[in-house]
Amino acid sequence: MALDFTPVWQGLPTLLAGALVTIEVTAASLGLGCFLGLLVGIGRLSPKRRILYGICTAYLTFIRGTPLLVQLFLLFFGLPQFGILLPAFMCGVLGLGIYSGAYVSEIVRGSIQSIDRGQMEAARSLGMPYRMAMRKVILPQAFVRMIPPLGNEFIALIKNSALVSLLTIDDVMHEGEKIISVSYRSLEVYLAIAVIYLVLTSLTTLFLRRTERTLRADGRV
Amino acid sequence: MGQAIVEVRNLGKRFGEHQVLRSIDLTVEPSQVVVIIGPSGSGKSTFLRCLNGLETAEQGTVRICGHPLVEDGRMIDEAQLNQVRTDVGMVFQAFNLFPHLTVLENITLAPRSLGRLSHRQAEQEARAFLEKVGLTEKAHVYPGTLSGGQKQRVAIARALAMRPQVMMFDEATSALDPELVGEVLQVIKGLAGEGMTMLIVTHEMGFAREVADTVVVMDHGGIVEQGPPGEIFTAPKEARTRGFLQAVLGRT
Repeated sequence: MALDFTPVWQGLPTLLAGALVTIEVTAASLGLGCFLGLLVGIGRLSPKRRILYGICTAYLTFIRGTPLLVQLFLLFFGLPQFGILLPAFMCGVLGLGIYSGAYVSEIVRGSIQSIDRGQMEAARSLGMPYRMAMRKVILPQAFVRMIPPLGNEFIALIKNSALVSLLTIDDVMHEGEKIISVSYRSLEVYLAIAVIYLVLTSLTTLFLRRTERTLRADGRV
Repeated sequence: MGQAIVEVRNLGKRFGEHQVLRSIDLTVEPSQVVVIIGPSGSGKSTFLRCLNGLETAEQGTVRICGHPLVEDGRMIDEAQLNQVRTDVGMVFQAFNLFPHLTVLENITLAPRSLGRLSHRQAEQEARAFLEKVGLTEKAHVYPGTLSGGQKQRVAIARALAMRPQVMMFDEATSALDPELVGEVLQVIKGLAGEGMTMLIVTHEMGFAREVADTVVVMDHGGIVEQGPPGEIFTAPKEARTRGFLQAVLGRT
């Protein structure tokens, strides 16, 4: 059996356009995920605030305990029953963002708790209120420690974003499937898709590694 | 005498079953240097940490410059606590400098963030304090590049930048290599000479004797005795004080 990449070359412009959509979906959901993750991660720092802690923990449990695909379908096929009809792109970003927010929140919480207790004590004993100490002393240090695990999360998100093709979003996966449906060249097209994801994830890894090195080079960490 | 800087009445605290502080009374007058000594686990550090609210006491009263911190076993609320804390400078055994900020930023962070000083004023004052601790040339380096003694001197400058009414030293030299202890003690002595009110927990007996107006001996969470250093070190009244001094000074 001979491999025939002609459909891939012919469809390359649409595949690359799809890759751009993949990047958009991933970037937007990463933004949402980091925002949610920061709120939930900080919310779970203080079990004494029962209601806040309870809400955050419930969110975390549900999101981590159910498949991403089910969550996406709940948004895309479930919400319309209540008359809430969101555009596919928004469903994809919401679904992925809410999903990754759960994982980011644990990264945030872990990094904050890894900062020596003395840092908070020193800031508080200078008269800084808790929130100010958190913002100016703890979080800047915690952020640096978040970068490697956040990088992993980012890469997982790029790969997970393939699922949004099932919500009719024209990402690289969906574009590829369209090419397959007319050319029947599954192996070649899926290989091409794999390569595109690999390039995206590798570039991300490279970028993150450089960022981390720059921060460490300052002797600040 | 004017108003007491630190006033402690019947202070008590327990960790679960364990009574860590028992009915402590202490008054620190302006410009007085009080040194607290005693065996490890005697509650010295916990006591000091109760005086700026890092630990919560369950019994007694603490006043800083007349402002209540603990009133009949009840802590004041957060906003008041933040206010009182600006009057109390704290220096920790582990320095606790902010590693992501330069030396100068370490010192200016609190005065600037709390709106006490403008950026420029804060930097000017910070440089003055750096000069006082002898580290002018280190203004723009990160703490990670400093020696332990230098770190602790920066920590002292950082605490001074809030212009506290009293400085507290929680075993400030215990984490230092022996050859670096002297430079830190020198700075503390300098502060004493300027009339700074201080509460010092230390294991450096020679230093205690030299710098203290009053020496307080603690054991098992209580004050065993207190008095001028000449009295405590040469003619202690209590057997427990004698035992402790013999153990640390190696005399029999």
